Amino acid sequence: MKPHWLVSLVASSLVGPLVAQEPQTIEFNRDIRPILSENCFYCHGPDPQHRQGDLRLDDRQAALEALAIIPGNPSESQLARRIISEDPELVMPPADSNKKLTQDQKALLQRWIAQGANYQTHWAYTPPTRPNTNHHSIDALVQKELDRNGLVQTHRADPRTLVRRLYYDLIGLPPSPERVAAFEANPSDKAYHEMIENLLANPHYGERMAQGWLDLVRFADTIGYHSDNPRNIWPYRDYVIASFNANKPFDRFSIEQIAGDLLPDANQDTRIGSAFNRLILSTEEGGAQPKDYEARMLADRVRAVGTVWLGQTTGCAQCHDHKYDPITMNDFYSLGAFFADIQEPIVGAREEGLAITQPEDNQRLANLDAAIQQANAALKELEQQESPSADEITAAKERVEKARKQRDSFYKSLPKCLVTKSTPNLRTVRLLPRGNWMDETGPVMKPALPGYLTDSLPHRSQRDLNRLDLARWLVSKENPLTARVTVNRLWKHFFGTGLSKVLDDLGTQGELPVNQELLDFLACEFIDSGWDIQHMIRMIVQSRTYQLSCQAEPKLIATDPLNRLTARQSPFRFEAELVRDHALYHAGLLDTQIGGRSAKPYQPDGYWDSLNFPTRTYAADQDKQQYRRGIYTWWQRTFLHPSLMAFDAPSREECCAERTRSNIPQQALVLLNDPTYVEAARGLAYRTIQSNALTHEDKIDWIFSQVLQRSPSTLEKQELSILLEKHLAHYKDHPQQTSKLQQTGMFKPSESVDQAQLSAWTHIARVLLNLHETITRD
Amino acid sequence: MNHPEQRKKFYCRRRMLGKSTIGAAALSTLFAQDQTHAQSKGVIENLPLVQKVKRVIWLTMAGGPSHLELFDPKPKLAQLHGKPMPESYTAGQQLAQLQGQKLMCLGPMFEYQQVGSQGTQISTLLPHIGSIADDICLVRSMTTDAINHDPAHMFMNTGSQIAGRPSMGAWINYGLGSICENLPGFVVLVSTGKGRSPQPIAARQWSSGFLPSRFQGVQLRSQGEAVLYLNNPPGIQPSQQAMDIAAIESLNRHHASRVQDPEIDTRIAQYELAFEMQTSIPNLMDTSDETQDTLDLYGCTPGDGTFASNCLLARRLAQRGVRFIQLYHRDWDHHSLLKEELPLRAKEVDQASAALIKDLKRLGLFEETLVVWSGEFGRTPMSQANKGPVGRDHHNKSMSMWIAGGNIRPGIVYGSTDELGYAAAENTCTVHDLHATMLHQLGIKHDAFTYKFQGLDFKLTGVEGAKVIEGILS
Repeated sequence: MKPHWLVSLVASSLVGPLVAQEPQTIEFNRDIRPILSENCFYCHGPDPQHRQGDLRLDDRQAALEALAIIPGNPSESQLARRIISEDPELVMPPADSNKKLTQDQKALLQRWIAQGANYQTHWAYTPPTRPNTNHHSIDALVQKELDRNGLVQTHRADPRTLVRRLYYDLIGLPPSPERVAAFEANPSDKAYHEMIENLLANPHYGERMAQGWLDLVRFADTIGYHSDNPRNIWPYRDYVIASFNANKPFDRFSIEQIAGDLLPDANQDTRIGSAFNRLILSTEEGGAQPKDYEARMLADRVRAVGTVWLGQTTGCAQCHDHKYDPITMNDFYSLGAFFADIQEPIVGAREEGLAITQPEDNQRLANLDAAIQQANAALKELEQQESPSADEITAAKERVEKARKQRDSFYKSLPKCLVTKSTPNLRTVRLLPRGNWMDETGPVMKPALPGYLTDSLPHRSQRDLNRLDLARWLVSKENPLTARVTVNRLWKHFFGTGLSKVLDDLGTQGELPVNQELLDFLACEFIDSGWDIQHMIRMIVQSRTYQLSCQAEPKLIATDPLNRLTARQSPFRFEAELVRDHALYHAGLLDTQIGGRSAKPYQPDGYWDSLNFPTRTYAADQDKQQYRRGIYTWWQRTFLHPSLMAFDAPSREECCAERTRSNIPQQALVLLNDPTYVEAARGLAYRTIQSNALTHEDKIDWIFSQVLQRSPSTLEKQELSILLEKHLAHYKDHPQQTSKLQQTGMFKPSESVDQAQLSAWTHIARVLLNLHETITRD
Repeated sequence: MNHPEQRKKFYCRRRMLGKSTIGAAALSTLFAQDQTHAQSKGVIENLPLVQKVKRVIWLTMAGGPSHLELFDPKPKLAQLHGKPMPESYTAGQQLAQLQGQKLMCLGPMFEYQQVGSQGTQISTLLPHIGSIADDICLVRSMTTDAINHDPAHMFMNTGSQIAGRPSMGAWINYGLGSICENLPGFVVLVSTGKGRSPQPIAARQWSSGFLPSRFQGVQLRSQGEAVLYLNNPPGIQPSQQAMDIAAIESLNRHHASRVQDPEIDTRIAQYELAFEMQTSIPNLMDTSDETQDTLDLYGCTPGDGTFASNCLLARRLAQRGVRFIQLYHRDWDHHSLLKEELPLRAKEVDQASAALIKDLKRLGLFEETLVVWSGEFGRTPMSQANKGPVGRDHHNKSMSMWIAGGNIRPGIVYGSTDELGYAAAENTCTVHDLHATMLHQLGIKHDAFTYKFQGLDFKLTGVEGAKVIEGILS
C-alpha cells in the first residue's frame, strides 16, 4: 500500500528515505489541495484584492467557469496546459513566485482533472465524525495506518522507562527509585493504571498541564511593550493550575476565560479566568496613540482566538482577506468586535485589578469595615455632645484613622488580578482598510462569528452577540475546529509531534493529519466525554502505542525517521521549567507549594540593564521562594530569565502553541555554571554523603538511583570513581577552593560534613545533572 | 530534532577527527565516534546571487537621532523657524507626542559643513564621519512604518511590528550559516550614552523568533560575564571544568552507544562548543594585542563598555568571522534638550564610527563587510516644547542613515526629503527595501528566502513587496 501521508511530506520537502508513490484514487484534500494551496492560492485563492486574472482555484465552480478546469479533459483545461507550458511567459506558477511544481505534482493534477476534478470541503471545516469501523481505539487506528505503510510496532518500553515517562508527562517530576523498583517488581496493567490515577490526582498534575496552556495564552508578569512594567495577573496562573487539577471540563474552562465575567453564575474564580482577555501586550510609551494601540490590542485578541481555539492563522486577515483560508477581513474585525466591551486603559498603566479573597479574607474585611464604621459612629456621637472634650475628639479621630489604615493595609496585602470588566460603552470597531488604524473610512463592525464556519447555522437571535456567545460557540458541537485543535495539542504532549504537525494552523497551509481518522476519533471522544481532559489522557497513556519503547529496528527508524506513525515512542529534551524542577528536586531543595506570587531565581547581575521607565534592579528571592518550580518564575517578557530562554521557553509576547526544541551551547553553559545548578549539585552531593550508602561505589550507585533510577554500568562507575578521586585529591590540597565552591547559593549543609568530600561529590552530582539522559524524556 | 537541517546532519554525519580540545583527552577518545561540527551550513546551498559581503555590522543609534541636525540640512526650515508648520505637510498625519498639539517649525540647531570630494553637507557635530564621506553612502530618503520606539525597533530588526518574528541577524545566520568555529554567528553589544534616561531595548530585538534558537543574537556584556554563564563557578578551576566536561561527554557517548537518539551527538558537540567559548570569548574581549595607535584611532579605553570600545570589538568579531554584529548606542530620543544632548551623543559615536570604517579598510575587511549606521526613525521638523527645553518628536516619514562597504557606491548621497525635511521626496526607501538590499549584498534573493511558520511562507522583507535599492550599489 502507499504511504499516503508521504505526499504531504514531500510537498513540504521533508524528504525522507521513502520514495513517494502516487496514490491510486486521488483525493482532493489529501493529494490536490496541498499542491494548489502551496503553489496557486496566493494569487488564485480566497483573497480578491490580490487575485490575478480574476481566477480562483479554491472554488470549483469559479475554476470551471473560468475554464481553468474542464473536468475529464486535462488537455483543454487551462490549468493543466499552463503548468506544463514551456513558454516562460505562460508557465504557472510564474518564475518570480519562486514556486515550482514537480513532475509528479503536474502528473497528479492532470490525472485529477481527468478523473473529474472533484473538490472536497477542507477537512478541518467539516465536523469530525467517528470512523465507521468497530475499531474505536487509539491502537486500532494507529495500527490501521501502520498496516497501510507496512510497519510493525516496536516492543513495549521497560518498566523503568514507563514510570519515568508517566511521571514526566503527568506531573513533570521524577519518580523515586522506590516507585520505579515497585513497578519493576510488578509491572502489571493494574499497577500501571493505579499509577496513572495517582498521578492524575497529584496536585503537580495541574502545574504540568498548565505550563503549555500558559505558553498558548501568553501568560506573563509584565506588559510586554517598551517599559515592560509589571502587572498584577499571577492569580490567573493559579486559576489555570486549579482548573486542570479539578479536571474542569474544557468547554467550561474556555468559556470562563473568554467570558467568565458574563456568566450567569459568575464568581471570583470565573472572573480570574477572564484575566485571559487581559494577557495581551500593552504600552505605557509616551507618544503612543490610542487608536494605534486599540488596533494592536484587537488584533492581539483575534490572533489569540485563532491560535488557542480555532487553529487558524486569523492574523493574516488584519490587512487583507486570508490568502489561503476563507477568513475574510470582515471575519477578523467582527471577531475583534466581541472584545469591544472590555473596560481597560488603551495606553498607560494597567489598573491594580480585582482583590482576590478567600472566605476568611472576606470575613476579615467585613470586620475591618465594621471597625471603621464603629469608630466613625463613636466619633460622630462625641461630636454631637454639647461640649465635647478636644482630647477625646482627637483620640476618636485617631481611632478612625487607625481602623482605616488597618483596613487599607490588609487590602493592600491581598493579591490582585487584572480581570475583564464589561462596559456598556463599547469601543467603535471599524474594519481598517489594509490594517491602517488611521483610515477611518471602513464600516463599523458588529460582533459576528466567522462566516465560513457558521454559514450553515440558523441565525441565533436578533440581539447583538457578545463574548459569551463567542465562547459558547467556540466549544459547541457546531464548531468543527476546537476539539480537533485541542486533542492535537494533547497528542503532541504525549508523543512529541501533533497528528497534524502545525499545531496552530489546521487551515489549508497546515498539514493534513497523518492519521485523520484517529484525530477525528479523539475529537469526537473529547466532545462526547463532556470535554473531559483526564478522560482523553487516560485513553492516551493507557494505549499500547503510548507505552512503546523509543528503541526500534534501524529499518523502522529509517522508514519513518520523524516517527509520525508512532510505531515507537519519541525521546525529547525536557522543557525549560522542568530541567530546573528536576535539578532542584534531586538537590532536595525544591519547594513544592502549589501557586502563589511569581518567584525570582538567581539571575546574572545587570541582565535588566536595558529596561527603563523605571530602571529596574533584580532582587533574587532570599527564602524558599528561591526554590519554586519553573512555572512560577517571574515572566519578564522583554528579558525572560536567561536560563529558561536558553532551553527555549518562549517570551510569551505572542501566543505560542509549540516551543522550538533546540540543542545549543548556552544550555551547556547554564547547566554547568548557572548558580541554580551549582547549588543543586551541592544539594545533591550533600544528600549523597548523608545517604546510608557507605563506600564511594555505593554512593555512586545511590546517586544514579536518585537521578536516573537505575544502576550505573561498570564503565560509568569506573569513570566517576576516577573523577571523584581526582577532585578529592585536589580539594584536600586546596581547602580554600572548597569553601568558594560551597558558597554558591543559599544552601547551607551541616558543617560537620567533610568539606573536601562535599566538594568532590558536588562535581559528581554536577556531571549527573548535566547528562543528556537526565534531561531527556524517553 | 525537529529541524530538517539537523536531521540531515544526523543522517549524513561527518567524521571529525582530532578536534577535541578538551582536557583529559584519553577519556573523550575512549568512545570516539563521529560528531557534529560547531560550524553550521546555512539552508541556502547555492547562493542565487554573487555574494558581495560576508558579514554585516549594524550600528543602531537607539532612540532616533535627528536627521535634521546631523545629515539633512534644510535652509527653508531655518527660514520658517518659529512659524507654524504649513498644514499641507501634516494634515491627517500620524504623529507621536505632538498629536493634537500646535505645530511650529524648528530650524536646524547646528551648522553643517561641506565634506568629501563631492562637498556633501554633514553636521559639524560629526567631523569624523565627515572625514569618511568619500567611503560611505548617505541615504536621506529612508522611511519606516512605526512611530514609537518599541514597534519601530521591531520593524527595523524583524520587518514586522508583531513580536515573535526573527531578527535580521537570525535570518542571515539561518540562511548562510556560521563561518566561525567557536563564537555565535550573531552578536549584540549595547552601550549607553552618558545622558539622561535612555529608552529601553527588548531582547526580542535580537530574538530568533520562530527560527531555531541557535540563530538568536548573543549579547556580549562589558560588565560581569561577557556572555551569560560563561565563567566557571567560583572555586572551580579550568582543569576541573575540563575534567567534568570530559566525564559528561564520556557518559553521554556511553549512553549513545546504548540508545538511538541523534540528539546525544548534538549535545556532545554543544558541550564542546560551550567549552571552546569559555576560551574564545575571553580571547576576543582581551584587547591587549591591539596597538596604542589602534586604541587612539577608536578613542577607546578597552573594557569601559563605551560605544567606541564596542566598535573595536565589532572589528575583532568581524575578523573572527561573525556574520552579524549589531551595536546599540542608547539615548538618542531628544524630545527635549536637543541642543544640549545631541552634541554629547554625537561625540560619543562620531570618532569610533569613522574609525571602524578606517580600520576595516586598513585590514582589507571593508570590501567584504556591510556597515549600516541608523536609528529606528527620524525626528519632526516641528519643535516639541512640552517636555522642557526644545526638542523634536518621533517621525517616520523621513530619516537619514548611511551605508558603507562592499559594492556600496561610496561618496554619494541617495534620495532626498522635501524642503522642510518632513517626508522623503525622491528615491523613497522603506525598511523592507533596506533589508532586501542587505540580503542582496549577501547573495540572497530576498523574495525567495522564506521560512514556513504557522503554515505560511514568512520573509524578512514582508508581504507588501520590497525592492533592492539599486541606486546605492556599484
